[in-house]
Amino acid sequence: MIEINVTRKLFGAEGELNLVLDTVIRQGEFVTIYGPSGAGKTSVLRMLAGLLKPDSGSIKFDGNVWFDSSNHIHRRPQLRNIGLVFQEYSLFPNMTVRGNLQFALQKGQSAGIVDDLLELTELRNLADKNPVTLSGGQKQRVALARALVRRPQLLLLDEPLSALDSVMQSKLQDYLLKVHEQFGLTTILVSHDINEVMKMSKRVLILENGRVEKDGAPIDVLPLEGLRFL
Amino acid sequence: MLQFEPFYLTLKLALTTTIILLVIGIPLAYWLAFNTSRWKVLPEAIVGLPLVLPPSVLGFYLLMALSPENAFGNFLESYFDLRLVFTFPGLVIASVIYSLPFMVQPLQSGFSMVPVSLVETAYTLGKGRLIVLMRVLLPNMKAALISGCILSFAHTIGEFGIVLMVGGNIPHETRVISVVIYDEVEAMNYKQANVYSSILLIFSFLVLVSVYTVNRRMQKVHYQS
Repeated sequence: MIEINVTRKLFGAEGELNLVLDTVIRQGEFVTIYGPSGAGKTSVLRMLAGLLKPDSGSIKFDGNVWFDSSNHIHRRPQLRNIGLVFQEYSLFPNMTVRGNLQFALQKGQSAGIVDDLLELTELRNLADKNPVTLSGGQKQRVALARALVRRPQLLLLDEPLSALDSVMQSKLQDYLLKVHEQFGLTTILVSHDINEVMKMSKRVLILENGRVEKDGAPIDVLPLEGLRFL
Repeated sequence: MLQFEPFYLTLKLALTTTIILLVIGIPLAYWLAFNTSRWKVLPEAIVGLPLVLPPSVLGFYLLMALSPENAFGNFLESYFDLRLVFTFPGLVIASVIYSLPFMVQPLQSGFSMVPVSLVETAYTLGKGRLIVLMRVLLPNMKAALISGCILSFAHTIGEFGIVLMVGGNIPHETRVISVVIYDEVEAMNYKQANVYSSILLIFSFLVLVSVYTVNRRMQKVHYQS
């Protein structure tokens, strides 16, 4: 369970924004954060990952304090055991596909998981390729597989599919749901695609101007006139 | 008659300087690239000073500092039995200071060119700063490393003012190629000076061609992977 109660002042293209978040995410939930650009969606993920320090408040994961401003606790990203996937893939260009996954192995961890994940994401044939030569969908599968090597408890996805075409998006959404189930993850997906939110999650937080305006089942809270029928 | 020792001495000086600069340049450039303090401009300006100061000014202050007549030089001589003025090690110290910006500035911009998301991804994969430096940052800024090394090496080869101030003109010890050329001209041996000068000219030209080639090639490597 993640207990988040934080504030953070953000400076964006549209001026200053006060991000305020107070919510609880249960173990095993697949939650999406939906909202317009500049609403603070990515900042929420960055605060959970430990890459951005909130101004005040606390973050607890299964009772462990990750952040607590009153006690000056800010646990580094290395110690949070999360998986983070960025929109821009962020694969290491100096390593092969397999090398990218191996880099994520922890001290003493068996290397067997690398092959398992290559199998799961259907990347075995591309294992020795350089990431630069891969297509967008393949790159994002590598990024996903790499984020899972550490067997994280929390998977954070920052618009991972928005640069891909709709066929590839749909295929990767299936992968995400599969790994969410198989790894028993708690997953938070940032998205601005209503179809994706509907398909992926049972709960959505609608973030506007730094505040959660609505929180509930996508069918109840989303502005469904924007829905695209495929 | 062409002497080979000044060439040997010059290459030895340039190589030693480059290696030392690489060792101190990487942490210094890393600190400058990732430090967000507004006071960073002060160390940046200090590192860049040799770019604007006449070498003779730098040489003069180093000569003063290292001279046994003064506090620091006296301290080195009385506690470590070390005299640095007019010696090869003294020349190395002067060269390191003189060529510092030629190593640090390319490395600093190299660090800034590596996408932050690669570093952040590595942190979320549980990796500490040293591993990220060795396995993510440095391998993805090879052009900056090569440029820094070549520029420092070439700049050391071309030193004159600071060499003469701190090293003097001592055969087998500090008499590098640029000093030999000066000597030959003073003695009106223009033919000999021409031979040394043309070797240095061709060498410097080749160095710059290789820097530009490396930069061109590396610019094509994109990080959108």
